[in-house]
Amino acid sequence: MGQEAPEIVFRTQGVTKVYQTGDVKVFALAGVDLELYTGEMAVLLGPSGSGKSTLLNILGGLDHATAGRVWFRDTELTDIPDRALTRYRRDHVGFVFQFYNLVPSLTARENVQLVTDVSPDPMPAEEALALVGLANRMDHFPSEMSGGEQQRVAIARAIAKRPEILLCDEPTGALDSATGVQVLEVLQDINARFGTTTVIITHNAEIQRMAHRVIQFADGKISSVHTNETRLAPSEIVW
Amino acid sequence: MQAIDRKLLRDFSRLWKQALAIALVLACGVAILLTALGMYKSLSDTRDTYYERNRFADVFSAVQRAPERLVTELAAIEGVWAVETRTVGSAVLDVPGSMVSVTGKILSLPPDGAPRLNVPLLKSGRLPDPTSTDEVMVNHNFALANGFQLGDFFFANLNGQKRQLTITGTAQSPEFIYTIGPGALMPDNATFGILWMPQAAVAAAFDMTGAFNDVALKLSKGAREENVIDAVDRLLEPYGSLGAYGRDLQVSHSFIDSEIQQLRNMATVLPPIFFGISAFLVSMVMGRIIALERSQIGLLKAVGYSNLEVCLHYLMLAVLIAVVGIGIGWLVGGWLARQMALLYAEYFDFPFLIFSTSLWVYAASGMAAMLTTTLGATQAAIKAARLAPAIAMQPPAPPQFKRSWIDRAMAAMRLSQPTIMILRSLIRWPVRSGLTLLGLALAVSTVVSPSFFTYSLNKIVDSAFYESARQDGMLILSHDMPEIVLSTAADLPAVLQAEGQQYHPVILSNGNHEKRTVIQAGRPDSDLSRVIDKDGKQIAVPPGGVVLTERLAAQLDIGIGDTVDAKFLGGRQETHAVRVTDIIAQYFGLGAYMDLEYVNALLRQSPRISLINVSLDDTEVIDLHRRLKEIPSLAGIVMMTDTRRSFSETIAQNIGVVNTIYIVIALLITIGVTYNGARIQLSERSRELASLRILGFTRAEVSYILIGETMLLSVLAQPLGWWIGTLITASMFNSFSSDLYNMPLVIHPAIYAKASFVVLLASFGSVMLVRRRLDKQNLVSAMKVRE
Repeated sequence: MGQEAPEIVFRTQGVTKVYQTGDVKVFALAGVDLELYTGEMAVLLGPSGSGKSTLLNILGGLDHATAGRVWFRDTELTDIPDRALTRYRRDHVGFVFQFYNLVPSLTARENVQLVTDVSPDPMPAEEALALVGLANRMDHFPSEMSGGEQQRVAIARAIAKRPEILLCDEPTGALDSATGVQVLEVLQDINARFGTTTVIITHNAEIQRMAHRVIQFADGKISSVHTNETRLAPSEIVW
Repeated sequence: MQAIDRKLLRDFSRLWKQALAIALVLACGVAILLTALGMYKSLSDTRDTYYERNRFADVFSAVQRAPERLVTELAAIEGVWAVETRTVGSAVLDVPGSMVSVTGKILSLPPDGAPRLNVPLLKSGRLPDPTSTDEVMVNHNFALANGFQLGDFFFANLNGQKRQLTITGTAQSPEFIYTIGPGALMPDNATFGILWMPQAAVAAAFDMTGAFNDVALKLSKGAREENVIDAVDRLLEPYGSLGAYGRDLQVSHSFIDSEIQQLRNMATVLPPIFFGISAFLVSMVMGRIIALERSQIGLLKAVGYSNLEVCLHYLMLAVLIAVVGIGIGWLVGGWLARQMALLYAEYFDFPFLIFSTSLWVYAASGMAAMLTTTLGATQAAIKAARLAPAIAMQPPAPPQFKRSWIDRAMAAMRLSQPTIMILRSLIRWPVRSGLTLLGLALAVSTVVSPSFFTYSLNKIVDSAFYESARQDGMLILSHDMPEIVLSTAADLPAVLQAEGQQYHPVILSNGNHEKRTVIQAGRPDSDLSRVIDKDGKQIAVPPGGVVLTERLAAQLDIGIGDTVDAKFLGGRQETHAVRVTDIIAQYFGLGAYMDLEYVNALLRQSPRISLINVSLDDTEVIDLHRRLKEIPSLAGIVMMTDTRRSFSETIAQNIGVVNTIYIVIALLITIGVTYNGARIQLSERSRELASLRILGFTRAEVSYILIGETMLLSVLAQPLGWWIGTLITASMFNSFSSDLYNMPLVIHPAIYAKASFVVLLASFGSVMLVRRRLDKQNLVSAMKVRE
């Protein structure tokens, strides 16, 4: 990233999310103020239940905040109707989940097509799969692929629409270290090649070393933010 | 094809067994709707067209002997469009080569050729020459049944004279679509035929020159039938009128009409039940699919599919099920309708059948099925659409179980944990359990209803044929004769016993209630034709009164001890006030019974009879037939032994077919409900059941939970099913019951036992199919499955 004033992609102001279970109120997010910049790779770090996933869901338009405000560039996401939120996800956001969330009845290629079918300017599914190194596994069903391969299909699916933002919730959480590194390499590559703003949630502290910025969560709040002066390549990370 | 559509097709092919189980239930509804509606339309269109083309009359009347000049007066009645008078007679026929006696109904043809009303449709040959005395045209089916060719001949006793008649043609008539002989219960074309002969010949034979004894009238549009009937009665009264009546009392018409009504009832009552069950099954299966695909729904939304797209995606699954069901239903229904048409062709003599299971019937049945199925899926699909993506991605919260008094009761009963699991699951999803129970109960009732028919018809046959009408034969006299002819009858070959009976057409009235019927008068010591009540008890008809059947008494709004006015038709048209001495329950007709001597005294006539009941020695019956063909004063012969046999055979055959169809339907419903229910349970509980296996439960113990829930519901459904089945049957019998017959509800344990056996066996079989999956379950992977 250059040193000139970075362009802001996301801005949140006092975002709060409360879950009500019975008589108990749980504050998943308790007033988060955050800015994310174009092209950066940010890692959200923190223990389970610290609010990382909740924030990611709100940024990705999967969930509404209980209080506070959220902007995507100049658009305020806070109170836009469901239909507009769907449009926003369809056009701008790519998701990668811990458990891949592939549709078991569709092949790798078809899982990617699920997204390219509804996107305004997608890349061909084959190209997306080639980018994640699965050019030769395109017609396999999820049940015929390893965990790492499935996660790479999920990434191909996320990037095939050429999203501006890639939101990854524990992308390596279900993978062993070697496979996890392969997946991180793909993410790194996408970020570098397309300048896609990439947010990665993890509770694996090692992964933070490949990020531009690390945002630390605790108890529904941001506890610290720091910028890595030198980033490691994924292959240098071990856990 | 879009990827989401490919997902749809793959999901569908993965679920094909469940989908098929539902589609088959749906297909039943579609097939029945198609058949019933198609046949209803076909039969009523055919009848209406036939009536129209061949100018079937609206009002009919028989009279003893009315002068021909009355025609102008009849035609002048307001609302009358056309009048046709004729002579109608009856004769015993001697058909060469036939052992049995055949009865013919003779109708005169006008001198100028074909009649204006009730026009016979010539099938082959020509009309008899108007001047001939030995030419005859017969109804087509009579010719077929007896193997007659044009030019063949037979003999007839025409009012005392034996004549050789040559067949010049065959025809069909709108008057005789359902051709039933006197005293018969169903058509028998071999022993009863319609004979058309020139007016002059018939008039000479029956002494009707310059007169007529039968009239048919066609009304103009908008004419009031009751007014015409009254006017006709007034005109014919002095000539021995037997009372005019409309189409509703015309025998052939009333049989067809009741069939058409039944088809309409069938089309409105049965299909909704099947559609309801399929909708429930679809909603149950879809609910489960959506629970299983939670995370996929979340994903679809996360990548930008709209609520509507997600909703439609799941609705399409139901649409596919409906498409399969409708397809099967149309195929089966089309075939079934054709079979029905063939069956109708056997009983009803139509010259053509407008068999246009028209497009709209297909469209209506398809639409109804599609609508109910998608409706069943709507709730689940909307739920899928409403699922917030962030929540959909997380595993669902465990279902809420709360402690209640039921739990305390279960604890007190010291039930085993698996049993508690079964009971708690039933209580946790009361709507689902309730609807499953209802579905299975409907399956039980589907078998119960037709079984009732067997027992009820047996009861009717017993009562009518073995307790009441015990005679082997009935010799119908061409006119009332002195009772002394009984001794002649007793001398005939094969006759062991001969008893006389008098039949009197009457109009019974009480205030403004009025009913046409026939009074049967016999000797109190009659043994062959007895008056029997519902309990099989013989009733002695006391002199000085009349015994009425319940239905007749109800229609006249009259009770025991009341007085009814009886107008004796056909003679001097006398009206007498008669006391009702008893009211009895019977299954056939609107019977009214009197003592023979009392009737004779009332009408101031010498002892006379209109028919002779005989009991026969089987070994000499052929000799009897030979002799009967020679006796001039017989108008007809009914061999009750044959009637009984053919009635029982037909009933047995039809009931066999109906029972089989309904058992198949019950099986489809049961399999649809239990197989899907058990599959859903297995899917919901796979982790739970795998955990139990890991904890050391045996396969049998784990299966117990799966089988137990289904079978418990099946068992609980039985009494409900019996009750619903009995209720449906009672209302069906109620709607069938007419002045022709009514059905008793005979409750027999075997009816319920059979239904329960079928349904319990089918549910056990279905759940065992699912159990096989449980046995194959891989414990490790079941534990890994993420909800």
